[in-house]
Amino acid sequence: MSAATESVQSAEPGRAGRANADAASGKARYSRSTASRTRRSPLASIAIHATLIAASFIAVFPIAWVALTSLKTKDGQWAHPGDFSHLNFGNYSKVLSDTDFVTWFRNSLIVSLGTTVLAVFIAATCGYAVSRMRFPGFRATMWLLLVVQMFPIAVLIVPLYNIMSKLHLVNSFAGLVLVYCTTAVPYCAWMLKGYFDTIPIDIDEAGKVDGLSPFGTFWRLVLPLARPGLAVVAFYSFLTAWAEVAFANTFMQSTDKYTLAVGLRTFVSQFKSEWGLMTAASVMIAIPAGVMFLLVQRNLVAGLTSGSAKG
Amino acid sequence: MRVLRGVRRSFDKYWYGWAMAAPVVLVMLVLVGYPFVWGAYLSTTNADESNIGHDIGVNHIPPSYKSVGLHNYWDILSGNDGHFYSTLTWTLIWTFVNVFFHITIGLGLAVLLNRKIRFRGGYRLMLILPWAVPGFVAAFAWRLLYNDNGVFNSTLKFFGMHGVQWLAQPTSAKIAVIAVNVWMGVPFMMVSFLGGLQTIPRELYEAAEMDGATAWQRFRMVTLPGLRPVMMTVTLLGVIWTFNKFDVIFLVTEGGPAGTTDILVTHAYQIAFANIRQYAEAASYGVVILSMLLVFATVYRRSQAKLEVQA
Repeated sequence: MSAATESVQSAEPGRAGRANADAASGKARYSRSTASRTRRSPLASIAIHATLIAASFIAVFPIAWVALTSLKTKDGQWAHPGDFSHLNFGNYSKVLSDTDFVTWFRNSLIVSLGTTVLAVFIAATCGYAVSRMRFPGFRATMWLLLVVQMFPIAVLIVPLYNIMSKLHLVNSFAGLVLVYCTTAVPYCAWMLKGYFDTIPIDIDEAGKVDGLSPFGTFWRLVLPLARPGLAVVAFYSFLTAWAEVAFANTFMQSTDKYTLAVGLRTFVSQFKSEWGLMTAASVMIAIPAGVMFLLVQRNLVAGLTSGSAKG
Repeated sequence: MRVLRGVRRSFDKYWYGWAMAAPVVLVMLVLVGYPFVWGAYLSTTNADESNIGHDIGVNHIPPSYKSVGLHNYWDILSGNDGHFYSTLTWTLIWTFVNVFFHITIGLGLAVLLNRKIRFRGGYRLMLILPWAVPGFVAAFAWRLLYNDNGVFNSTLKFFGMHGVQWLAQPTSAKIAVIAVNVWMGVPFMMVSFLGGLQTIPRELYEAAEMDGATAWQRFRMVTLPGLRPVMMTVTLLGVIWTFNKFDVIFLVTEGGPAGTTDILVTHAYQIAFANIRQYAEAASYGVVILSMLLVFATVYRRSQAKLEVQA
């Protein structure tokens, strides 16, 4: 594994110039490598655009449809796909005023942001350690990061619950953040390790010469260069926490601590088969994830460029 | 004395690496390792809801389950429990079909997006969107589409055909959950491949073109070999993730109709949490799932390493 890493590193002298490898330089590489090689026939262009339009339509349609349905306010109107009368924001105001949606939304935000900050930080330190330092247990750590992703976590909920209650972390945000870190961190550390591998080791050595500690080098020199990688990892951990259902259902027990995924369940039984409210809630739940996505999407490709390239 | 000094020296040399990897390793060992060991122990007992030990008010009821050795595993592997082999077959089909479509569609779209075309940013944004949608919102969106009165059936009826009860019949339900998971999983693969495509030096394409290679030959001889490292990682992760993909099945069909869309993880979850809670049997399933993935990962990485040597 490490041999493969080394070979990839040396195979790309172009990377040595990545001193200010931020989103901008990622983009520069992007356009350079894709400059058109041969002139395309109009027919080929049409075929490409048609394929991409069809694919984009499939990608966007389910979400767009939920958004559209959420505006249908007449009783049972969701069951009439062709009926576009009575479009207004009634469902939204009902969700916001008649339910604890706002509280759950806030709770989800606390848990997700907490997970993002903690997961990115410890994944980055761990990823840096396995990228730069060859310590005994290095291989074991890499395997651990892969193996943990194989655990059928749903089956571990009961024993996990027992530990959490011994640590007095049931029904607390901190407990949920920790649990989410176990699902988010292995992939994040694994990916960041790959990203750090692409940052020239000369930078670390320069830091050492200037008298920085290893942590100082990591914190002041390497992390700023790893911004695209960090953006991907932040996005991934935020979504992991934002979208999780099973743990939140088991661990959060009082209404004021519910996250959206849990709260929504009470909501379904409360307004039996009232899909209108569900759709409105879904749209509002999707918004923060969408914002997060827009913030990082420019970095996604540059960040994964190197990150997913090896294991 | 010398041993002590040796320990001391290696500590001085490596403590930074250990310290930086420690938070992750610690969290993993406590929150995944310990529950797993506990689960592995439970799998050799007959623990269920009635004998697990619990608190009623202030009274503590001690656990009263006993060891049954490998009985649970025998029960599963001999097919006596009546579900294992049918569920395993479907899990393998589910994993293979999903990963196949994730990779082919993801790769196809990545290659198209990697060309210099108009509106590339817009296409990319739309095509990555499903990734940003929380799982339970996506599941809900698709259930709305699959509903007896949903878009799909209205469209069928519009063309004079009969509607299908998508989630009520085994075959259509299986196709339905696969469609949802393919939809959700393609963006990650596409972005990974886009990243990988940019690491392929442009000079290779120019050289191939000079040699008169056709577009297909360039794809086969330059693009595919260049993507090998990415392909290896995403295949490995894709198989692991899909094999244990809990939320899509659980939220879209809950394993129904009659458990026919249950994969091993959701089946184990049902055993642990539905009706009489069979903790021991669920834990055995967990161990079996993990063992299969471990074997797969080891064999896969070995075979890839061998390929690398040959290449």
